[in-house]
Amino acid sequence: MTTMLATAGGLLATLGETGRTSGGEAVLFWVLAPVMVIAALGLVFARRTVYAAMSVVLVMVCLAVLYVAQEAPFLGIVQVIVYTGAVMMLFLFVLMLVGVDTAETFTDALGGHRWIAGLLGVGLAAVLVSVSLTAADISPRGLERANAGGNPEAVARVLFGDFVITLEVVGILLITAAVGAIVLTHRQRLTRRVGQRERAEARVAAGGVLTPLPAPGVYARSNAMDVPALGPDGRPLEQSVSRVLRIRGQERPVEDVHAHLGPDAVGSTPPERAITGEEQVR
Amino acid sequence: MNLSNYLVLATILFSIGALTVLVRRNAIVVFMGIELMLNAANLAFVTFARMHGDLTGQVVAFFVMVVAAAEVVVGLAIIVAIYRTRRSASVDDVNLLKS
Repeated sequence: MTTMLATAGGLLATLGETGRTSGGEAVLFWVLAPVMVIAALGLVFARRTVYAAMSVVLVMVCLAVLYVAQEAPFLGIVQVIVYTGAVMMLFLFVLMLVGVDTAETFTDALGGHRWIAGLLGVGLAAVLVSVSLTAADISPRGLERANAGGNPEAVARVLFGDFVITLEVVGILLITAAVGAIVLTHRQRLTRRVGQRERAEARVAAGGVLTPLPAPGVYARSNAMDVPALGPDGRPLEQSVSRVLRIRGQERPVEDVHAHLGPDAVGSTPPERAITGEEQVR
Repeated sequence: MNLSNYLVLATILFSIGALTVLVRRNAIVVFMGIELMLNAANLAFVTFARMHGDLTGQVVAFFVMVVAAAEVVVGLAIIVAIYRTRRSASVDDVNLLKS
Protein backbone atom coordinates (compact mmCIF):
# COMPACT_ATOMS: atom_id res chain seq x y z
CA MET A 1 0.00 0.00 0.00
CA THR A 2 2.74 2.42 0.96
CA THR A 3 4.68 1.53 -2.16
CA MET A 4 1.60 2.25 -4.25
CA LEU A 5 1.19 5.59 -2.56
CA ALA A 6 4.85 6.36 -3.12
CA THR A 7 4.52 5.46 -6.79
CA ALA A 8 1.46 7.65 -7.09
CA GLY A 9 3.32 10.50 -5.39
CA GLY A 10 6.22 10.04 -7.76
CA LEU A 11 3.89 10.07 -10.73
CA LEU A 12 2.28 13.27 -9.51
CA ALA A 13 5.72 14.79 -9.03
CA THR A 14 6.64 13.96 -12.61
CA LEU A 15 3.34 15.47 -13.73
CA GLY A 16 4.17 18.74 -12.04
CA GLU A 17 7.80 18.77 -13.02
CA THR A 18 8.92 21.63 -15.21
CA GLY A 19 11.10 20.53 -18.08
CA ARG A 20 12.23 22.23 -21.22
CA THR A 21 8.91 23.68 -22.27
CA SER A 22 8.15 27.31 -21.53
CA GLY A 23 6.15 28.42 -18.53
CA GLY A 24 3.49 29.97 -20.73
CA GLU A 25 2.92 26.64 -22.40
CA ALA A 26 2.50 25.00 -19.00
CA VAL A 27 -0.13 27.58 -18.05
CA LEU A 28 -1.90 27.02 -21.36
CA PHE A 29 -1.82 23.28 -20.88
CA TRP A 30 -3.11 23.35 -17.31
CA VAL A 31 -5.92 25.70 -18.31
CA LEU A 32 -6.96 23.73 -21.37
CA ALA A 33 -6.50 20.17 -20.12
CA PRO A 34 -9.19 20.31 -17.40
CA VAL A 35 -11.57 22.02 -19.82
CA MET A 36 -10.97 19.29 -22.37
CA VAL A 37 -11.41 16.46 -19.90
CA ILE A 38 -14.63 17.97 -18.52
CA ALA A 39 -15.98 18.55 -22.02
CA ALA A 40 -15.07 14.99 -22.98
CA LEU A 41 -16.89 13.72 -19.91
CA GLY A 42 -19.84 15.75 -21.15
CA LEU A 43 -19.88 13.41 -24.14
CA VAL A 44 -20.38 10.46 -21.80
CA PHE A 45 -22.94 12.03 -19.52
CA ALA A 46 -24.89 14.53 -21.62
CA ARG A 47 -28.53 13.50 -21.97
CA ARG A 48 -29.04 15.48 -25.14
CA THR A 49 -27.12 14.54 -28.24
CA VAL A 50 -26.69 18.16 -29.28
CA TYR A 51 -24.95 18.98 -25.99
CA ALA A 52 -22.65 16.00 -26.51
CA ALA A 53 -21.83 17.29 -30.00
CA MET A 54 -21.09 20.78 -28.71
CA SER A 55 -18.79 19.45 -25.99
CA VAL A 56 -16.89 17.47 -28.61
CA VAL A 57 -16.55 20.68 -30.63
CA LEU A 58 -15.06 22.34 -27.55
CA VAL A 59 -12.56 19.49 -27.13
CA MET A 60 -11.55 19.76 -30.77
CA VAL A 61 -11.03 23.52 -30.64
CA CYS A 62 -8.88 23.14 -27.51
CA LEU A 63 -6.91 20.41 -29.30
CA ALA A 64 -6.27 22.83 -32.16
CA VAL A 65 -4.84 25.33 -29.66
CA LEU A 66 -2.61 22.62 -28.21
CA TYR A 67 -1.38 21.70 -31.70
CA VAL A 68 -0.37 25.30 -32.32
CA ALA A 69 1.38 25.35 -28.96
CA GLN A 70 3.22 22.16 -29.93
CA GLU A 71 4.79 23.70 -33.02
CA ALA A 72 2.19 22.28 -35.41
CA PRO A 73 0.30 25.38 -36.62
CA PHE A 74 -0.65 23.70 -39.90
CA LEU A 75 -2.33 20.83 -38.08
CA GLY A 76 -4.02 23.30 -35.75
CA ILE A 77 -5.64 25.11 -38.67
CA VAL A 78 -6.56 21.84 -40.37
CA GLN A 79 -8.05 20.63 -37.10
CA VAL A 80 -10.33 23.66 -36.91
CA ILE A 81 -11.31 23.47 -40.57
CA VAL A 82 -11.75 19.73 -40.94
CA TYR A 83 -12.97 18.65 -37.52
CA THR A 84 -14.94 21.52 -36.07
CA GLY A 85 -15.81 23.01 -39.44
CA ALA A 86 -16.74 19.97 -41.48
CA VAL A 87 -17.01 16.82 -39.41
CA MET A 88 -18.90 18.20 -36.42
CA MET A 89 -21.20 20.26 -38.62
CA LEU A 90 -21.94 17.06 -40.55
CA PHE A 91 -22.75 15.45 -37.22
CA LEU A 92 -25.13 18.27 -36.39
CA PHE A 93 -26.83 18.00 -39.77
CA VAL A 94 -27.34 14.27 -39.28
CA LEU A 95 -28.67 14.95 -35.79
CA MET A 96 -31.15 17.31 -37.40
CA LEU A 97 -32.16 14.60 -39.91
CA VAL A 98 -32.31 11.68 -37.52
CA GLY A 99 -34.19 13.69 -34.93
CA VAL A 100 -32.80 15.45 -31.92
CA ASP A 101 -35.53 14.14 -29.69
CA THR A 102 -34.84 10.50 -30.47
CA ALA A 103 -35.05 9.21 -26.93
CA GLU A 104 -31.69 8.11 -25.69
CA THR A 105 -32.23 4.78 -24.02
CA PHE A 106 -29.87 5.14 -21.10
CA THR A 107 -31.26 2.56 -18.80
CA ASP A 108 -32.83 -0.29 -20.72
CA ALA A 109 -30.83 -3.20 -22.07
CA LEU A 110 -27.75 -2.05 -20.18
CA GLY A 111 -28.16 -2.92 -16.51
CA GLY A 112 -24.89 -4.24 -15.14
CA HIS A 113 -23.30 -3.77 -18.54
CA ARG A 114 -22.99 -0.07 -17.80
CA TRP A 115 -20.93 -0.60 -14.66
CA ILE A 116 -18.72 -3.17 -16.34
CA ALA A 117 -18.17 -0.74 -19.20
CA GLY A 118 -17.35 2.06 -16.76
CA LEU A 119 -14.89 -0.18 -14.96
CA LEU A 120 -13.28 -1.13 -18.27
CA GLY A 121 -12.99 2.52 -19.24
CA VAL A 122 -11.36 3.48 -15.96
CA GLY A 123 -9.06 0.47 -16.20
CA LEU A 124 -8.06 1.40 -19.74
CA ALA A 125 -7.31 4.94 -18.59
CA ALA A 126 -5.23 3.65 -15.68
CA VAL A 127 -3.21 1.28 -17.86
CA LEU A 128 -2.58 3.82 -20.61
CA VAL A 129 -1.69 6.63 -18.20
CA SER A 130 0.70 4.45 -16.25
CA VAL A 131 2.32 3.24 -19.47
CA SER A 132 2.82 6.76 -20.72
CA LEU A 133 4.18 7.79 -17.31
CA THR A 134 6.77 5.01 -17.21
CA ALA A 135 8.51 6.90 -19.99
CA ALA A 136 8.31 9.96 -17.82
CA ASP A 137 11.55 11.71 -18.63
CA ILE A 138 10.53 12.77 -22.10
CA SER A 139 12.14 15.97 -23.18
CA PRO A 140 11.24 17.63 -26.44
CA ARG A 141 13.93 17.63 -29.06
CA GLY A 142 12.05 20.53 -30.59
CA LEU A 143 11.03 21.19 -34.15
CA GLU A 144 12.97 24.41 -34.66
CA ARG A 145 15.28 22.83 -37.20
CA ALA A 146 12.55 20.86 -38.98
CA ASN A 147 10.26 23.90 -39.04
CA ALA A 148 12.99 26.22 -40.26
CA GLY A 149 11.26 27.24 -43.51
CA GLY A 150 7.83 27.45 -41.92
CA ASN A 151 5.73 24.58 -40.66
CA PRO A 152 3.40 24.18 -43.67
CA GLU A 153 6.34 24.08 -46.08
CA ALA A 154 8.14 21.53 -43.94
CA VAL A 155 5.04 19.36 -43.61
CA ALA A 156 4.44 19.63 -47.36
CA ARG A 157 8.01 18.49 -48.01
CA VAL A 158 7.46 15.34 -45.96
CA LEU A 159 3.93 14.83 -47.27
CA PHE A 160 4.75 15.10 -50.97
CA GLY A 161 8.21 13.60 -50.61
CA ASP A 162 8.12 10.57 -48.37
CA PHE A 163 4.38 9.91 -48.37
CA VAL A 164 3.32 10.70 -51.92
CA ILE A 165 1.92 7.22 -52.58
CA THR A 166 -0.03 7.36 -49.33
CA LEU A 167 -1.38 10.73 -50.37
CA GLU A 168 -2.65 9.33 -53.66
CA VAL A 169 -4.25 6.37 -51.92
CA VAL A 170 -5.92 8.72 -49.45
CA GLY A 171 -7.29 10.74 -52.37
CA ILE A 172 -8.82 7.58 -53.82
CA LEU A 173 -10.23 6.81 -50.38
CA LEU A 174 -11.89 10.21 -50.20
CA ILE A 175 -13.52 9.79 -53.61
CA THR A 176 -14.69 6.31 -52.64
CA ALA A 177 -16.17 7.69 -49.43
CA ALA A 178 -18.04 10.42 -51.30
CA VAL A 179 -19.47 7.90 -53.79
CA GLY A 180 -20.33 5.54 -50.94
CA ALA A 181 -22.19 8.25 -49.07
CA ILE A 182 -24.19 9.12 -52.19
CA VAL A 183 -25.04 5.47 -52.81
CA LEU A 184 -25.98 4.82 -49.19
CA THR A 185 -28.25 7.82 -48.84
CA HIS A 186 -29.80 7.43 -52.28
CA ARG A 187 -33.49 6.76 -52.05
CA GLN A 188 -35.22 4.84 -54.81
CA ARG A 189 -38.45 6.40 -56.08
CA LEU A 190 -41.38 4.09 -55.39
CA THR A 191 -44.07 6.09 -57.16
CA ARG A 192 -44.15 7.87 -60.50
CA ARG A 193 -42.76 11.36 -60.53
CA VAL A 194 -45.51 14.00 -60.50
CA GLY A 195 -44.37 16.90 -62.63
CA GLN A 196 -45.97 20.06 -63.93
CA ARG A 197 -47.68 18.30 -66.82
CA GLU A 198 -49.21 15.62 -64.58
CA ARG A 199 -50.49 18.24 -62.14
CA ALA A 200 -52.05 20.29 -64.97
CA GLU A 201 -53.73 17.25 -66.47
CA ALA A 202 -55.10 16.18 -63.10
CA ARG A 203 -56.51 19.65 -62.54
CA VAL A 204 -58.27 19.73 -65.91
CA ALA A 205 -59.63 16.24 -65.37
CA ALA A 206 -60.97 17.19 -61.94
CA GLY A 207 -62.97 20.05 -63.45
CA GLY A 208 -63.63 23.22 -61.49
CA VAL A 209 -62.15 26.63 -62.07
CA LEU A 210 -58.96 26.55 -64.10
CA THR A 211 -58.28 30.27 -64.16
CA PRO A 212 -57.17 32.32 -61.18
CA LEU A 213 -60.06 33.17 -58.89
CA PRO A 214 -61.63 36.64 -59.27
CA ALA A 215 -60.49 39.34 -56.89
CA PRO A 216 -62.97 40.53 -54.25
CA GLY A 217 -64.96 43.66 -54.96
CA VAL A 218 -63.44 46.64 -53.22
CA TYR A 219 -66.08 49.31 -53.51
CA ALA A 220 -66.06 52.98 -52.69
CA ARG A 221 -68.30 52.47 -49.67
CA SER A 222 -66.66 49.44 -48.21
CA ASN A 223 -63.04 49.43 -49.41
CA ALA A 224 -62.59 46.02 -47.91
CA MET A 225 -61.96 42.49 -49.09
CA ASP A 226 -64.98 40.96 -47.43
CA VAL A 227 -67.47 41.89 -50.16
CA PRO A 228 -67.68 39.62 -53.17
CA ALA A 229 -67.10 40.94 -56.65
CA LEU A 230 -69.88 40.98 -59.18
CA GLY A 231 -69.76 38.75 -62.17
CA PRO A 232 -70.51 39.94 -65.72
CA ASP A 233 -74.11 38.97 -65.10
CA GLY A 234 -74.30 41.13 -61.96
CA ARG A 235 -74.38 38.22 -59.51
CA PRO A 236 -71.96 38.25 -56.57
CA LEU A 237 -69.09 35.79 -57.00
CA GLU A 238 -68.72 33.81 -53.81
CA GLN A 239 -65.25 32.57 -54.69
CA SER A 240 -63.83 36.07 -54.90
CA VAL A 241 -63.83 36.42 -51.11
CA SER A 242 -60.99 34.77 -49.26
CA ARG A 243 -61.82 31.25 -48.11
CA VAL A 244 -60.74 32.10 -44.57
CA LEU A 245 -63.23 34.96 -44.33
CA ARG A 246 -65.97 32.75 -45.75
CA ILE A 247 -65.30 30.00 -43.22
CA ARG A 248 -65.20 32.48 -40.37
CA GLY A 249 -68.51 33.96 -41.55
CA GLN A 250 -67.02 37.41 -41.88
CA GLU A 251 -68.14 37.83 -45.47
CA ARG A 252 -70.50 40.74 -46.11
CA PRO A 253 -73.27 40.58 -48.68
CA VAL A 254 -73.34 43.07 -51.53
CA GLU A 255 -76.53 44.58 -50.13
CA ASP A 256 -74.55 46.08 -47.23
CA VAL A 257 -72.51 48.31 -49.51
CA HIS A 258 -75.20 49.33 -51.97
CA ALA A 259 -74.86 52.89 -53.18
CA HIS A 260 -78.09 54.82 -52.86
CA LEU A 261 -78.32 55.57 -56.55
CA GLY A 262 -81.02 55.30 -59.07
CA PRO A 263 -81.58 52.17 -61.12
CA ASP A 264 -79.71 53.58 -64.13
CA ALA A 265 -76.53 54.51 -62.27
CA VAL A 266 -73.27 53.36 -63.78
CA GLY A 267 -70.13 52.84 -61.75
CA SER A 268 -68.15 50.38 -59.78
CA THR A 269 -70.47 50.56 -56.76
CA PRO A 270 -73.21 48.01 -57.12
CA PRO A 271 -76.62 49.60 -57.69
CA GLU A 272 -79.35 49.46 -55.07
CA ARG A 273 -81.68 46.97 -56.62
CA ALA A 274 -82.35 43.31 -56.47
CA ILE A 275 -80.30 41.21 -58.82
CA THR A 276 -82.51 38.99 -60.84
CA GLY A 277 -80.07 37.52 -63.30
CA GLU A 278 -82.00 39.05 -66.16
CA GLU A 279 -79.83 42.16 -66.41
CA GLN A 280 -77.83 42.92 -69.48
CA VAL A 281 -74.09 42.72 -69.23
CA ARG A 282 -72.63 46.22 -69.33
CA MET B 1 6.37 20.95 -17.83
CA ASN B 2 7.11 17.50 -19.10
CA LEU B 3 5.92 16.38 -22.51
CA SER B 4 4.38 13.29 -20.96
CA ASN B 5 1.59 15.54 -19.72
CA TYR B 6 0.37 15.71 -23.28
CA LEU B 7 0.54 11.95 -23.54
CA VAL B 8 -1.43 11.57 -20.30
CA LEU B 9 -4.05 13.98 -21.60
CA ALA B 10 -4.22 12.03 -24.86
CA THR B 11 -4.67 8.73 -23.06
CA ILE B 12 -7.36 10.19 -20.80
CA LEU B 13 -9.24 11.53 -23.80
CA PHE B 14 -8.83 8.18 -25.55
CA SER B 15 -10.23 6.35 -22.54
CA ILE B 16 -13.19 8.71 -22.32
CA GLY B 17 -13.87 8.08 -26.00
CA ALA B 18 -13.70 4.33 -25.45
CA LEU B 19 -16.01 4.68 -22.43
CA THR B 20 -18.48 6.58 -24.59
CA VAL B 21 -18.45 3.81 -27.18
CA LEU B 22 -19.13 1.25 -24.46
CA VAL B 23 -21.75 3.12 -22.46
CA ARG B 24 -23.86 5.17 -24.83
CA ARG B 25 -26.47 3.55 -27.02
CA ASN B 26 -27.15 6.35 -29.50
CA ALA B 27 -25.27 5.52 -32.68
CA ILE B 28 -24.33 9.16 -33.29
CA VAL B 29 -22.88 9.59 -29.80
CA VAL B 30 -20.95 6.36 -30.19
CA PHE B 31 -19.57 7.74 -33.41
CA MET B 32 -18.51 10.94 -31.67
CA GLY B 33 -16.70 8.79 -29.13
CA ILE B 34 -14.72 7.23 -31.97
CA GLU B 35 -13.89 10.71 -33.24
CA LEU B 36 -12.65 11.62 -29.77
CA MET B 37 -10.38 8.57 -29.76
CA LEU B 38 -8.95 9.53 -33.16
CA ASN B 39 -8.32 13.05 -31.90
CA ALA B 40 -6.54 11.75 -28.83
CA ALA B 41 -4.32 9.61 -31.05
CA ASN B 42 -3.58 12.72 -33.11
CA LEU B 43 -2.51 14.60 -30.01
CA ALA B 44 -0.13 11.76 -29.17
CA PHE B 45 1.26 11.84 -32.71
CA VAL B 46 1.87 15.58 -32.57
CA THR B 47 3.58 15.18 -29.20
CA PHE B 48 5.79 12.42 -30.57
CA ALA B 49 6.71 14.59 -33.53
CA ARG B 50 7.86 17.30 -31.16
CA MET B 51 9.67 14.79 -28.98
CA HIS B 52 11.73 13.38 -31.84
CA GLY B 53 12.14 16.61 -33.76
CA ASP B 54 10.69 14.88 -36.82
CA LEU B 55 7.66 16.05 -38.80
CA THR B 56 6.55 12.53 -39.76
CA GLY B 57 4.29 12.43 -36.72
CA GLN B 58 2.46 15.52 -37.87
CA VAL B 59 2.04 14.06 -41.36
CA VAL B 60 0.61 10.86 -39.89
CA ALA B 61 -1.79 12.93 -37.80
CA PHE B 62 -2.83 14.67 -41.01
CA PHE B 63 -3.55 11.32 -42.64
CA VAL B 64 -5.56 10.29 -39.59
CA MET B 65 -7.68 13.42 -40.03
CA VAL B 66 -8.31 12.66 -43.71
CA VAL B 67 -9.24 9.06 -43.03
CA ALA B 68 -11.47 10.19 -40.15
CA ALA B 69 -13.28 12.57 -42.49
CA ALA B 70 -13.92 9.78 -44.99
CA GLU B 71 -15.02 7.47 -42.19
CA VAL B 72 -17.44 10.06 -40.83
CA VAL B 73 -19.03 10.52 -44.24
CA VAL B 74 -19.64 6.81 -44.75
CA GLY B 75 -20.61 6.13 -41.13
CA LEU B 76 -23.15 8.92 -40.97
CA ALA B 77 -24.59 7.79 -44.30
CA ILE B 78 -25.02 4.31 -42.82
CA ILE B 79 -26.68 5.76 -39.73
CA VAL B 80 -29.07 7.79 -41.87
CA ALA B 81 -29.87 4.73 -44.02
CA ILE B 82 -30.56 2.62 -40.93
CA TYR B 83 -32.68 5.37 -39.43
CA ARG B 84 -34.74 5.57 -42.60
CA THR B 85 -35.56 1.88 -42.59
CA ARG B 86 -35.76 1.17 -38.83
CA ARG B 87 -36.77 4.59 -37.42
CA SER B 88 -34.17 4.26 -34.68
CA ALA B 89 -30.66 5.53 -34.05
CA SER B 90 -29.98 3.16 -31.18
CA VAL B 91 -27.25 0.58 -31.58
CA ASP B 92 -29.39 -1.93 -29.68
CA ASP B 93 -32.07 -1.93 -32.35
CA VAL B 94 -29.75 -3.04 -35.12
CA ASN B 95 -30.00 -6.74 -34.32
CA LEU B 96 -31.16 -8.29 -37.57
CA LEU B 97 -28.24 -10.70 -37.60
CA LYS B 98 -29.08 -12.00 -34.13
CA SER B 99 -30.09 -15.65 -34.59
